[in-house]
Amino acid sequence: MNNPMFSVQQHENAEEEEIKVNKFLRGEVADLKVVKDKKLKGQLEVREQLYRKSAKAAVKADKWLMPSEGGFLEPEGIEKTWRIRQEAIHTEIDILSKRNQYDIVFPGLGPYTLDYSINGRYFVAAGQKGHLALVDMKKMDIIKEFQVRETVHDVVFLHNQKFFAAAQEKYVYMYNDNGTEVHCLKEHGAASRLQFLHKHFLLTSINIFGQLHFQDITTGKMISNIRTGLGRSDVMEVNRFNNVVAVGHSKAGVSMWKPTSAVPIYTRQCHMGYPVTAIAFHSNGHLMATAGIEREIELWDLRKHEVLQTLPCHANSLDFSQKGMLSAASGSSVQVFEDFSGVYMNHPMAKGYQIKKVLFRPYEDVLAIGHSMGWSSILVTGSGEPNFDSWVANPFETRKQRNEKEVHALLDKLPPETIMLEPTNIGSVKPTRNSGSLSKQERDAEMEAAVEGAKNIAFKKKTKGRSKPSKMAKKKQEAIVRTKKPLLEQQIKEEKDLLSKNKRKRIGEDIRLPKSLQQFAGKPTT
Amino acid sequence: MKVKVISRSTDEFTRERSQDLQRVFRNYDPNLRSQEKAVEYVRALNAAKLDKIFARPFVGAMDGHIDAVSCMAKNPNHLKGIFSGSMDGDVRLWDLATRRTVCQFPGHQGAVKGLTVSTDGRVLVSCGTDSTVRLWNVPIPSLMESDDSSSNEAKPLAVYVWKNAFWAVDHQWNGDLFATAGAQVDIWNHNRAQPVNTFEWSKDTTISIRFNPGEPNILATSASDRSITIYDLRLQSPARKIIMRTRTNSIAWNPMEPMNFTAANEDCNCYSYDARKLDEAKCVHKDHVSAVMDIDYSPTGREFVTGSYDRTVRIFQYNGGHSREIYHTKRMQRVFCVKFSSDASYVISGSDDTNLRLWKAKASEQLGVLLPRERKNHEYLEAVKNRYKHLPEVKRIVRHRHLPRPIYKAASLRRIITDAERKKDERRRAHSAPGSMPKDSLRKRRIIKEIE
Repeated sequence: MNNPMFSVQQHENAEEEEIKVNKFLRGEVADLKVVKDKKLKGQLEVREQLYRKSAKAAVKADKWLMPSEGGFLEPEGIEKTWRIRQEAIHTEIDILSKRNQYDIVFPGLGPYTLDYSINGRYFVAAGQKGHLALVDMKKMDIIKEFQVRETVHDVVFLHNQKFFAAAQEKYVYMYNDNGTEVHCLKEHGAASRLQFLHKHFLLTSINIFGQLHFQDITTGKMISNIRTGLGRSDVMEVNRFNNVVAVGHSKAGVSMWKPTSAVPIYTRQCHMGYPVTAIAFHSNGHLMATAGIEREIELWDLRKHEVLQTLPCHANSLDFSQKGMLSAASGSSVQVFEDFSGVYMNHPMAKGYQIKKVLFRPYEDVLAIGHSMGWSSILVTGSGEPNFDSWVANPFETRKQRNEKEVHALLDKLPPETIMLEPTNIGSVKPTRNSGSLSKQERDAEMEAAVEGAKNIAFKKKTKGRSKPSKMAKKKQEAIVRTKKPLLEQQIKEEKDLLSKNKRKRIGEDIRLPKSLQQFAGKPTT
Repeated sequence: MKVKVISRSTDEFTRERSQDLQRVFRNYDPNLRSQEKAVEYVRALNAAKLDKIFARPFVGAMDGHIDAVSCMAKNPNHLKGIFSGSMDGDVRLWDLATRRTVCQFPGHQGAVKGLTVSTDGRVLVSCGTDSTVRLWNVPIPSLMESDDSSSNEAKPLAVYVWKNAFWAVDHQWNGDLFATAGAQVDIWNHNRAQPVNTFEWSKDTTISIRFNPGEPNILATSASDRSITIYDLRLQSPARKIIMRTRTNSIAWNPMEPMNFTAANEDCNCYSYDARKLDEAKCVHKDHVSAVMDIDYSPTGREFVTGSYDRTVRIFQYNGGHSREIYHTKRMQRVFCVKFSSDASYVISGSDDTNLRLWKAKASEQLGVLLPRERKNHEYLEAVKNRYKHLPEVKRIVRHRHLPRPIYKAASLRRIITDAERKKDERRRAHSAPGSMPKDSLRKRRIIKEIE
């Protein structure tokens, strides 16, 4: 026990464990010294201990109870990982994994976009000339393929493999897994990109006029329709951490949107003003990769709002894997980065295969590539999460489990107001503000929040002609004015206070008047 | 080179036979889940709404008495039975499951003012305004089941006549003495026809009496001179006394913290005291709008039920200033006595309209045997609701209770009055010399003085 090496090892183990425990603790330990109330302090201490206990139990389960281990690629001798080709890997792996390397060629049906379902088992591919194919990846079986005889710009799965949406020439269509057209969503118009927010059941699209549409597919209601005002855009991605939609523009960089506000919640110029060609988000929500025309990839830290790193790589399509690997594709080659110090893997294809989209398959070490001649699938070892959670996404789902999951997801459907840049703010307490310390920005934000709240007030519909549209509009205006008035009054009062304080300072009055006489203190001395 | 690719074999991850359960795999990594707080918030909101949908607290009413129910007693050894006494001298034993009278104990000439059961559950002691104390044999539970159609009548074991009318009676928790309250406090033994001991401090009548669950020799009484007195049987004189501004109608000791008791007062509040330190109330429980008539603690010691003259029954947390639950019915008139059942799941109230009513302690609780999954789900929903119950939308739903109009009006009137008094007090303090008006808290304000 007195061995110094042993104690150093213990210390290291303790540190490692600390890091692992912090991974499962959502956020930092609360500072309880500022809590004055003893009863509350005691209760909070007990809570914190419980959280710590559950984090430790999760660490243990993580260590011992995980059924699978991740993939890896270890070069031997002077081998480098980026020189290793798919054919070289092919000889070393088992039969089941060999099935995941293939090229499917449909010459002449246009560049293909693809999407995977959330458990990685189902796959939909759409060729620009109108070919739609729904594939079961476990059985390697085409469930349904059909031609829509129109250009298809984008395709996306909805909540499970039963429904998918395709952005066709004039409108967005929703299809069944039988190939039946279920809905024609005319309001979206000619969409260029589609995305689906799983927790909110919102189908998002951006169309050629730069308008964002958010539609709730459970009720069919269009939640909002936002004119970005920044021109046409072909690049739209969702940050899965906070479900915020990011749009890349040709002149304005990257902007982030939420359905409940008409102005972007975040904009940032990137790539020195050049058009943005692709965006991708890491699953932890901090890291964003953007690619521009000037053949550089910028890695952004979304907490500090600054560029972490720039990679010299041309990219038309970017995707982050579950384990944090970034794949960048341009022309006919794909590059995969693991730790951004150099390339991890490389996959050049024949010149005729111009790549449109790359997508990592969830829970597998597979990267799907959609290109002008069809689609391919290659193995990228170490990119997928080896252990799935059955309650989140189950690749071995049965029909009953899928139906139950759908019902539970509908019960837990989040309202669109929960989409925000910091999702952990829900349930937290707004800090009490000193009226003097509000900056102009905060004041504006407060006013806007109040105005939005006022706009959402529902007025009773009266009968006998008492609810004419003009009257309802007037009532709404009055409600907005009513909510704005106290804020404006407070602003004026604060400014007046500031002036009078300065005045008092000048006069030199530092006598503390009793409370009952303070109403007379502000009067100017004649 | 060494290569490994994730490959899962289907047999490991799916069940072998169709009789097996489906296999479930867990990965607790937070990166797999997004927006956890929002999902929890939505679940809390739905849980609050479901709670309200399933809130049906009234189980049933037991009618049979022909005059107001004045007192009730629980049997410590038998969960299903409750004794009740009415203003016309009728004492009955009820079976809570069938809500029927099992046995009647006729004999009292006037109102029955107090009922209590001995420690072993065999002897029922009743006292009334006819200055008698009667002891009865409690029928054995096995016989009770078989004879539930006919209501039996029992003969008293003993009848002791004494000098004055009695107001209350209580039995020691672990002994064979019982005490009666009337013009004086008398201590009786089962076998003696006369009190073993008498305490007389003031000239006023003692209205209620309670033995301490932890210390068999300590009892608390309240008298009509607005005092609360604590007696120790081993001493010759009473131990402590406080005088309040208004009369205390009933006292209940906390069975889990036997040094604390709560007094139900005429000024619509309940005051919790620590018996060792009576100069300040530990907690003031305010919510009733009329005099609180009776109070009883749950066996968990975490909440208590009060019945009030304002026709409502409220359930409070032991340390909470406001009630967690209110029960009222159009047919329930002035509530004179309440009891918490010994398994902490029911509340029984006896009222002016001659009925005893059985309510659930937790209004939306699912009764009966719960499957483990159901139980876990209920626990989860309760926990997630408590985590977000301070947020406005959830709070609005959780707090909402329908009040009868007179009570709502009375409560808002009281609020206006107390606000006005507070403002006036603040202004007086602001306009007088600093320090000349001492601030006293509500916990101390209602106590006039303490006497050793």
